[in-house]
Amino acid sequence: MKKSYQSFGDNSINDMRQVTYRNLTTRLLFLGLLFLLTFSTSLFSQDADPVKGKALFNVNCAACHSLDKKITGPPLRGVEAKLSDEQGLDRDWIYAWVRNSPAVLKSGDTYANKIFEEFNGTAMTPMPQLSDEDIDNILAYTATEKVIPPTPDLGTIGATQSVEGGISNEIILGALAILFMLLAIGLYLVNKTLRRFAVAHAVEIPVVEKSTPLWQAFVKNQFLLLVTAIFFLLTSGYFAFGYMMQIGVDQGYQPVQPIHFSHKIHAGDNKIDCKYCHSSARVSKTSGIPSLNVCMNCHKSIYEYNGETTAEYNKEFYDSEIKKLYAAVGWDDDEQQYTGETQPVKWTRIHNLPDFVYYNHSQHVTVAGLECQICHGPVEEMEEVYQYSPLTMNWCLECHKKTNIKTEGNAYYTKIHEELSKKYDLDKFTVRDNGGLECGKCHY
Amino acid sequence: MSSNKKYWKSVEELNENNSFMIEALKHKEFVEEIPVDEFLGDKDTLESSSTTRRDFLKYVGFSTAAATLAACEGPVIKSIPYVVQPEQIIPGVANYYATTIANGYDFASILVKTREGRPIKIENNSLATSNNGANARIHASVLDLYDSNRITGHKKKGEDSSWTELNNDIVQKLSELKDSSKTIVLLTQTFASPSTSKLISEFATKYNNVRHVVYDAISESPAVEAFENKYGERGLANYDFSQASIIVSVGADFLGDWQGGGFDAGYAKGRVPKHGKMSRHIQFESNMSLSGAKADKRVPLTPTQQKVVLAKLYSKIVGSAVSGILPAHIEQAVDKAASELIKAGSNGVVVTGIQDVNAQSVVLGINEKLSSKAFDPSTIIKTRLGNDKAVTKLVADMKSGTIGAIIMSGVNPMYTLPNASDFAQGLKNVDLSVAFSMKEDETSSLTDYIAATPHYLESWGDTELTKGQFGLIQPAIRPLFDTKQFQDALLLWNGSNATYHDYIKRNWEENILNGSSWNQALHDGIFVGNGSNSESIEDTVEDLERTTLNINAAARNLASATSNGFELTLYPKTGMGDGQQANNPWLQEFPDPLTRATWDNYLTMSEADAKELGLFLEESTFFTEARHDADGGLNGKYANITVNGVTIKVPVMVQPGQSKGSVGLSFGYGRTLGLKTEMQTGVNAYPLYTNFNTVQNITIEATSGKHKFACIQLHNTLMGRGDIIHETTLEIFNSEDHRKWNPMPQVSKDHKMIDVTSPGANLWNEFDSSIGHHFNLSIDLNACTGCGACVIACHAENNVPVVGKEEMRKSRDMHWLRIDRYYSSEDTFINDDEKKDDSKGLGNTLIAFAELENPSANPQVAFQPIMCQHCNHAPCETVCPVAATSHGRQGQNHMAYNRCVGTRYCANNCPYKVRRFNWFLYNGNDEFDFHMNDDLGRMVINPDVVVRSRGVMEKCSLCIQMTQKTILDAKRDGREVRPNEFLTACSAACNSGAMMFGDINNKKDDIVALKDDDRAYHLLESVGTKPNVVYQTIVRNTKEA
Repeated sequence: MKKSYQSFGDNSINDMRQVTYRNLTTRLLFLGLLFLLTFSTSLFSQDADPVKGKALFNVNCAACHSLDKKITGPPLRGVEAKLSDEQGLDRDWIYAWVRNSPAVLKSGDTYANKIFEEFNGTAMTPMPQLSDEDIDNILAYTATEKVIPPTPDLGTIGATQSVEGGISNEIILGALAILFMLLAIGLYLVNKTLRRFAVAHAVEIPVVEKSTPLWQAFVKNQFLLLVTAIFFLLTSGYFAFGYMMQIGVDQGYQPVQPIHFSHKIHAGDNKIDCKYCHSSARVSKTSGIPSLNVCMNCHKSIYEYNGETTAEYNKEFYDSEIKKLYAAVGWDDDEQQYTGETQPVKWTRIHNLPDFVYYNHSQHVTVAGLECQICHGPVEEMEEVYQYSPLTMNWCLECHKKTNIKTEGNAYYTKIHEELSKKYDLDKFTVRDNGGLECGKCHY
Repeated sequence: MSSNKKYWKSVEELNENNSFMIEALKHKEFVEEIPVDEFLGDKDTLESSSTTRRDFLKYVGFSTAAATLAACEGPVIKSIPYVVQPEQIIPGVANYYATTIANGYDFASILVKTREGRPIKIENNSLATSNNGANARIHASVLDLYDSNRITGHKKKGEDSSWTELNNDIVQKLSELKDSSKTIVLLTQTFASPSTSKLISEFATKYNNVRHVVYDAISESPAVEAFENKYGERGLANYDFSQASIIVSVGADFLGDWQGGGFDAGYAKGRVPKHGKMSRHIQFESNMSLSGAKADKRVPLTPTQQKVVLAKLYSKIVGSAVSGILPAHIEQAVDKAASELIKAGSNGVVVTGIQDVNAQSVVLGINEKLSSKAFDPSTIIKTRLGNDKAVTKLVADMKSGTIGAIIMSGVNPMYTLPNASDFAQGLKNVDLSVAFSMKEDETSSLTDYIAATPHYLESWGDTELTKGQFGLIQPAIRPLFDTKQFQDALLLWNGSNATYHDYIKRNWEENILNGSSWNQALHDGIFVGNGSNSESIEDTVEDLERTTLNINAAARNLASATSNGFELTLYPKTGMGDGQQANNPWLQEFPDPLTRATWDNYLTMSEADAKELGLFLEESTFFTEARHDADGGLNGKYANITVNGVTIKVPVMVQPGQSKGSVGLSFGYGRTLGLKTEMQTGVNAYPLYTNFNTVQNITIEATSGKHKFACIQLHNTLMGRGDIIHETTLEIFNSEDHRKWNPMPQVSKDHKMIDVTSPGANLWNEFDSSIGHHFNLSIDLNACTGCGACVIACHAENNVPVVGKEEMRKSRDMHWLRIDRYYSSEDTFINDDEKKDDSKGLGNTLIAFAELENPSANPQVAFQPIMCQHCNHAPCETVCPVAATSHGRQGQNHMAYNRCVGTRYCANNCPYKVRRFNWFLYNGNDEFDFHMNDDLGRMVINPDVVVRSRGVMEKCSLCIQMTQKTILDAKRDGREVRPNEFLTACSAACNSGAMMFGDINNKKDDIVALKDDDRAYHLLESVGTKPNVVYQTIVRNTKEA
């Protein structure tokens, strides 16, 4: 999945590194505005590097500027040409604006003030750290033509899927079935022909005397009957037990959610830390379903999906899911402001522990330092999340029995661990040794 | 020495001939056999039944199969996160907010625990230096927030209305009245709020002719008046009983609600023997009260005698002769008390609860003369400022039609006024009547407008409970309903657009904070500053004559008090107070500390009087007229009582220690409007509260009928085993070895007597608890005042269900923590009888003395909180067939509800009777219409503790959810657990320091010393269960100095 960086990389929006810079909004805005006011292409310096420019853009500008869409700041594609053509502003003006926009505003520059008003007085953060060369590079990047994202090759994907799926297997099975049928018909025909020959040649076919049918013999044999009955009962008992034990165990439970949130894209492709969104897992008993304002930290500027798609989950599909988010949180993407009309999302809960079990995420995540994947499985590969673990008591206890407590660096355990290891000669200190199998530790 | 004493819980235990019921109750859960024959014995009925055995089996099979199939499909559970998550709220983590309760009756600085924005529990605010102890009612007040009988919006003449409409109407009316001759009256509770006082005076300025009448349902007006006469400011003197070495109380239940309550913490401090010293407490009283129960010497007398006693005390200490005749034994007691007080000098203190200006003035005089250290007239208590005379005048004025508008807040005069019918008539003559109320109650249902008010947990406010001790009230939840606070309305009517929050903030910054931080004050909930003297227009109406008389004359007046016939003392019950929380099921089910009765009030009467008046139900095996029904439920007879022409029918309960010739009846019951049917219990005592005097002359007449009490005093007894309470006297405590007065039971091993706790006597393998935490709970029986805050705190923390009166009667209470109350008298009862016999012929004094020592006439009382003892060798664990209850290494006895199949073997095998069985599904069940059956009431449930289902056993867990939380916090911070950091709900709620919880493996915890204290003992040590709950022997300071 890493390749998405390269293949679709020309649209930086997909690069989640910008998340780190989300707080720099205002600072970045100024930079973007500067680009808007840039000079004409004629001044385009020949040695400017759009690849370097893209990197700089992603780091410094992308939180507020998109190439093609007005977000916090204006779109920047072809900004230099536009400024030069429409406003007659040259590259020096852009340099000045990027490095110190308040000064430009103060100087009474007409266009600067006009654009400042247009964006409701949102100031663009000055970026004095950018050199002329950096700005040139960024401008080179903004001057690149829009590349229409390649539509996924449906044929290839279909073929790949069919290999993974059962289609070819079915064909093989079908072919085999036909083959066997043909063989059976052939044999029957041969037999029939041979009999005809035998009758025709008056060959005596010895009649096999019918012995007692097998089932009658079976019924008469009391011992065999008993053994079979016992065997049958045991087997059905075994399966019944297996079935019963599955009741209430929802391993693999994969409900359809009101918004198709792809953990694969977020945690997999973009490598967002689980605890960025599920932040309460660090301090609380619940991992917490992220509130929608957390989504908007990124999705304020990520308004479309430009990653890898499949036939089922294409760009339109994902874009419409982002629209659902906007509807729920009450974000007007055109006006770039909140409407205040919210519709809380009713997610379907996947991991349901019974009421009588107390489970605390922070105990496992923060204190024990466990990876989320240990219980939740490869979430970063799940398009839709399902329950990976059975969440049965046995499953909990198995882990408690063999897992060592992370005592290093935790002053709480130091004394207890010392005393225990002295007394019982333990070098390993499992959850069990700390009373992790006691009923009351989880049931209260 | 001490263990020879016999303890008893009920009067009939004393009757040795008639103990069938008691024995039966001790040994059986039900006195009668279950009448199996009744429904199985009759063959004909069985055969004619339409359900044949086959059918029955079919039904069983079908329902089992259906239930199994239904269980196969899991429910789809929705989770709805915030759209914008508030910064401070993390789902699953509790937030605490400091606030203050000031509901007109209870005042305290508290912390509110909220989960996901819902207040779920009240805790003590340890930063507060005064009024920091929440009592049972305050702990329960969080449930009032989720009262399903609250009105959800404003009302106009009974119809739903809006604030705009209400406001327009009222403003118009007020501006009309402004220029008329009629008065606008604000009838309010005591707010004890500087900002509200300021607001009201601004309101008065704006609307001219405004009168503010402060009304306390249960008045301390005479005490306020006496104080005002002497010190020139309305309020009450403060007392710090920890400073006193001798406390003499004449009818003051200062461990209860006397003068606003909150004195128990100081009292308890002085009651724990330290360096061989503890305070001595002498109580003269009529009703058996919490204070009387704790007294070293209790003298029962009638209310009239109380007055004489007080006068004599005054005359002996201050030195002004008074007349007045007292029975010899009381005279003697007064003499001794006076000489002890004089000897103690400034270490002595006298208090009284007599509602009489004379009595209150006399007490102020005595304490001043003693220059008592415990008496503090400078930190004035401001929580009871009600003015009886102004209220009386108001009712008269209303009737005469001179009142134009009455706006009420925090009061319910139609319920609490003795002359409620006059008030109702008066209301008709008033042009505009508005009630700010949470309920459509007795009063608000009669007013033109009801302005729905928020609960205090939804409101802003400020308080000054004692002079200079300021507090802030802040909301812990957004208002649940369309409500308007009284103060916000006043602001509107004063023509201000500010919110009350802004108003308080400005007022504090200008007048109170003195440059300190507002945010800090809000965070702490309290601020200690200079006392405010904000102008108030509380009706100090000059034309109301004020009694000014010198104290000597007051004492003489007191001494001349006489009375004939029965005297009734009205009192507030620990669980119900003035009755404003009557719709609170926790409080209804809260057992009274003394009678242990729930869901009721009753006339308390001495055994002798009851027998005389034919109100005593004898023990009998014929259940129609017996004291107990077959299920053990206590019965009582009815009496018609008449005070000043008002007659009401009340059930009678025999109360040991009730003074002969006096009876008691509690306020707070008999509400009819604004509460659920189940909660409409008891009788209303306010109609008897003539002239706001708690003492009334009364005639009593037996009448027909049998009242069924839900009294749990004989439930769950300790199987007749003695040795439950250890007690000794201070003298013995100081002079003898502790093995004498706190003996360790011995068992014989190899023909040698050894301690039952020694390893050789041990039948079981020890659990190794030497590493990690090992929890112990220490309960100091000397410090415990029986107030019951722990009981309600336990309810709130552990989602203990309310079962209702009928179930309580059947001994199916679910309290995880109960406070047993034991009566005892000197030595044994047989000795008592002998003493009585011997005393004959030795003169009247001794006869009276002997009468006094009649056990049921004046018993000693011991309170003993009992919860699961968390035995290290738990009898319950060994008998559970499914291992649902098991031992934890941290000393807790675990109970896995999901594993329990409900055999109840554990409860049968528990020597302490602390296990509770869920006979029904109490949540989501409309049969139990309390709070767990509606969405609103369920908001109080603690999400960290499971709500138990039908058919499982439950019990105290030593708040394992709290200890685990403390451990987890330490782990997460990477530190050791701090000393005394471990708490349980009960130990955190205990104001008197009687309950101390901690880890005995952490040598820095206080519990370590307490566990090995000389006074420490385990309950039923001889059984060898090795409990983790340890009790501290009672020490009584009986020596008369």
